[in-house]
Amino acid sequence: LWYFLVHGTTFESQGLLNRTSVPREVVDYIVYGTVIQEVKTSNVAREAALGAGFSDKTPAHTVTMACISSNQAMTTGVGMIAAGQCDVVVAGGVELMSDVPIRHSRKMRKTMLTLNRAKTLGQKLSLLSKIRPDYFAPELPAVAEFSTSETMGHSADRLAAAFAVSRLEQDEYALRSHTLAKKAQDEGLLLDVVPFKVPGKDTVTKDNGIRPSSMEQMGKLKPAFVKPYGTVTAANSSFLTDGASAVLLMSEEKALAMGYKPKAYLRDFVYVSQDPKDQLLLGPTYATPKVLEKAGLTMADIDVFEFHEAFAGQILANLKAMDSDWFAQNYMGRKSKVGAPPLEKFNTWGGSLSLGHPFAATGCRLVMTAAHRLKKEGGQYGLVAACAAGGQVRVCAGSARLFNPSRDPGDSPLPWAAHSNAQQPLLHRNPSSEPA
Amino acid sequence: AHHVKLFYAGSFAFLKSPEHKLMTHFCLFPARTHVSCDIKGDVAVVRFNTPNSKVNTLSKQLSSEFTDIMNEIWANEAVKSAVLISSKPGSFIAGADLDMIEACKTSQEVSQLSQEGQKMLEKIEQSPKPIVAAISGSCLGGGLELAIACHYRIATKEKKTVLATPEVLLGLLPGAGGTQRLPKMVGLPAAFDVMLTGRNIRADRAKKMGLVDQLVDPLGPGVKSPEARTIEYLEEVAINFARGLANKTVSAKRSKGLMQKLTDYAMAVPFVRQQVYKTVENKVQKQTKGLYPAPLKIIETVKAGLDQGRDAGYLAESQNFGQLAVTKESKALLGLYRGQVYCKKNKFGTPQREVKTLAVLGAGLMGAGIAQVSVDKGLKTILKDTAQQGLDRGQQQVFKGLNSKVKKKSLTSFERDSILSNLTGQLDYKGFEKADMVIEAVFEDINIKHRVLKEVEAVIPAHCVFASNTSALPISQIAAVSKRPEKVIGMHYFSPVDRMQLLEIITTDKTSQDTAASAVAVGLKQGKVVIVVKVRERTQVCWGAAGGTGGVQSGEEEAEGRPPGPRQLPARRGQRGGMSLWRIILPGLALPTFCAGFTCSSILRSPYRLFPCSCTEEDIQMRLVTRFVNEAAMCLQEGILSSPVEGDIGAVFGLGFPPCLGGPFRYVDSYGAKQLVDKLRKYEAVYGSQFTPCQLLLDYANNPSKKFHQ
Repeated sequence: LWYFLVHGTTFESQGLLNRTSVPREVVDYIVYGTVIQEVKTSNVAREAALGAGFSDKTPAHTVTMACISSNQAMTTGVGMIAAGQCDVVVAGGVELMSDVPIRHSRKMRKTMLTLNRAKTLGQKLSLLSKIRPDYFAPELPAVAEFSTSETMGHSADRLAAAFAVSRLEQDEYALRSHTLAKKAQDEGLLLDVVPFKVPGKDTVTKDNGIRPSSMEQMGKLKPAFVKPYGTVTAANSSFLTDGASAVLLMSEEKALAMGYKPKAYLRDFVYVSQDPKDQLLLGPTYATPKVLEKAGLTMADIDVFEFHEAFAGQILANLKAMDSDWFAQNYMGRKSKVGAPPLEKFNTWGGSLSLGHPFAATGCRLVMTAAHRLKKEGGQYGLVAACAAGGQVRVCAGSARLFNPSRDPGDSPLPWAAHSNAQQPLLHRNPSSEPA
Repeated sequence: AHHVKLFYAGSFAFLKSPEHKLMTHFCLFPARTHVSCDIKGDVAVVRFNTPNSKVNTLSKQLSSEFTDIMNEIWANEAVKSAVLISSKPGSFIAGADLDMIEACKTSQEVSQLSQEGQKMLEKIEQSPKPIVAAISGSCLGGGLELAIACHYRIATKEKKTVLATPEVLLGLLPGAGGTQRLPKMVGLPAAFDVMLTGRNIRADRAKKMGLVDQLVDPLGPGVKSPEARTIEYLEEVAINFARGLANKTVSAKRSKGLMQKLTDYAMAVPFVRQQVYKTVENKVQKQTKGLYPAPLKIIETVKAGLDQGRDAGYLAESQNFGQLAVTKESKALLGLYRGQVYCKKNKFGTPQREVKTLAVLGAGLMGAGIAQVSVDKGLKTILKDTAQQGLDRGQQQVFKGLNSKVKKKSLTSFERDSILSNLTGQLDYKGFEKADMVIEAVFEDINIKHRVLKEVEAVIPAHCVFASNTSALPISQIAAVSKRPEKVIGMHYFSPVDRMQLLEIITTDKTSQDTAASAVAVGLKQGKVVIVVKVRERTQVCWGAAGGTGGVQSGEEEAEGRPPGPRQLPARRGQRGGMSLWRIILPGLALPTFCAGFTCSSILRSPYRLFPCSCTEEDIQMRLVTRFVNEAAMCLQEGILSSPVEGDIGAVFGLGFPPCLGGPFRYVDSYGAKQLVDKLRKYEAVYGSQFTPCQLLLDYANNPSKKFHQ
């Protein structure tokens, strides 16, 4: 699995380039997002770039912002292009959930570091003799919020309760996500997947977490976090998987000059943050009206909504919050609600609940799905939103991103950027941006 | 017939609305003001709501309405279980109505109250329909007794949710079956700990002890306010459990831990039990010197129940409760409790400007202590000293104080860091232009105080209050060099600041009302019990110095029931941490620096044995007390103290006057002003004018109906 992290990312970038036919040397910069860092590859973007055969002259850096790390990678790339630093950026995200770094205990680490400095055999032996059985207890990476020590599932359960979202509603929404994902997969709509050959195992060619179940079966599950009376279960939460994703970003002029037909272009984005205790997962509610105002649009203008589904309860709580004047007035400092997105435009090809959630890789997947849906359904504007945890950055951030793909590639006068994407649960999605 | 009618009204409405969520007013008539009841499906939800009060109290009215409602529930066949909950987010039931107990003339009357409570709670316990207590906010005294009589308890995991039996602090015992149920529920040692200390138990601790069965996390904002939604959610969860208990899908039986099983096993052996009683009795004797009857009665009552059976236990409980309620100790402690509540209010009203930024001068023991109790309440605080070394020491003190809370798990390390971000340590006056209040805690030297005042006034904004934490200099003397004396005030903290509850605020003739309001507001925010006194101009012996007269030995002070004198304190303080009994039964174990506006530190240093001791112990005690009380009365007479309540609170919390006597003024009431004046006259003849009774005492002595506390 160690192999996957670098090679998966490498492969992802290669896949991206294969699909877009962009020559490697055109890429000016590479930005990748990751959440749980492997110490050996703390700048995983650079290692993967070298492995993928990019020029060793192409700089690369890694960003982190919990579940929206690859969104951060994309907007970092956009910022660099806007600032005139470069023209072509590869942005993406990678996560290896099946092999997280587990540390020695603090006492053990201290002993080991002191051991390095011990000169004589006597000193070394005396240090070793101090090791006690409890030194060997490992330290697992915290799945809890640093500031509140609360796990995210627990927080989601409280959020669902705060908005009075019932277990039944959550199970129904989760079932919808799986059903829609299955349908999209069967119809061959999930075009962003890149097949990935796992060394020693078969090639993974499609998302392997889509499991439409029945309400009866889902109803049998016990609460996973708030026991014994909570509402969040394994079935109505997103599952953690390995995955990697990538997009290709270009300035308008560059894309035109190179003769590319863009898949979509990013119009605007905002980041917001709130109280990490009680509003950890409410980012989309705060960010949506803000980005719409910034872009001069209304909810009615949006054809495609693509929201990150961390938990069914979280999605439903956000929908209720967006539809509440009380919440808008008392917590968002707004005169009235922004309104909930209509479900027929909302995550219609499934979401993180059914496709999985490899933390840092999800952002690009959301953007790419929105682009493909716009293209397929002939819409003009899409809105992407994701919530993220405090984790190492200590703040809760939500982000919303808005972009406008050309309705018909033919009549788009000023293509701004070419996107491509890939991701996933032990398998990859591939870009589909064709050269013009 | 009346009941039948009610029952029909309820069940008929219920039949019309089969959906579980549909609310139906069950009890429409007669108009109930304290308790209401809804039927949700087959679960009755009983809500407590004492009108016009922040907390619910078990008053006569509430108890009778509750009894009626429970009878209706038991009679209603459509109801299978019940949930007890409060409509007030901050209080389940904060205990029995104290007025109701005080109104009783005889111990028999109080025993009668206790028996009524016992009977009601026994009915709850024996109820064929399971009853769930849904607890959010304070669940104290009778409230806890009600909760433990229920079949299941669910509590919100919030800071405001505390469970306790604080009766012992009022010189009483849990009088509604608490002494009998608690030992069965949490085991004998834990039950003694809870009842003898009266300490607050947080929800998560209560869950571990087995006092509650389930916890509910508080919720954040939804489409309602967090408080409102949390209590609604608590109710929803409780309803589900009530239903589960009724249809046997939930078991009320707790799985006890190995330790508790072992303890229970050991406690079943009479010999072991006797040993426990003995140990606890010895400890109580040692710490109370036999001056407080309540702890011993609690032990006696528990013993009666465990050794002679439940009837004997209940009988002992109600009788002892009655006896305790009429003791003078209980009345004194009750008076102190009321005084404390009185001193938690700002009688000067809301200040024009809220203090948001505070500056403390001097990072010594006091300065750093003041900073600590400010930053953890969210005040931005500048801690200024003149030397880096002193500043470092002060900042370390604040860190250590907060970190000890992290070790006790009442604070997370993240919260500690976040609190510390409110503290700025510095050596200059940078940022003082934003200060709303400056508290100086520099050396007790009038020249330094004057210099500091001038320096500060040059940099602070016009609205900023200058407060001095002086204990040795008259505040008017410090204010003399001020350009704006109306903004100068004394704020006298007691050491250690983070543990001593009292704050004495000293005003001069020139201090404005708004300045006083501001100082009181800051003190209350810091969690202090605040008394306000006027500066005492004449340089006389302060009344706290009474200990300096006449052959006093510190041992005798204790015999009188006073906490140890100044000389003993350092040794005693060490013990305090380990003994919660000590801490609680003698609240406000005090440092000897209280005096109205003026403290003579020189007196405190004076030797105890001024004269060779040739008189009786009682004589020494009386000399101490009479002179102390005389001085206190003089302070009231001169208007330095504005009320007897504040005098009592100050003496007990600041100076260590015996809490069982309730403070000097209450002592006059109970001892008799006439008798006291007689004593003073006797001593005056022997020792001289320091024992001359003041005019106020003489007035009270001449009119026996006159009392300081009505």
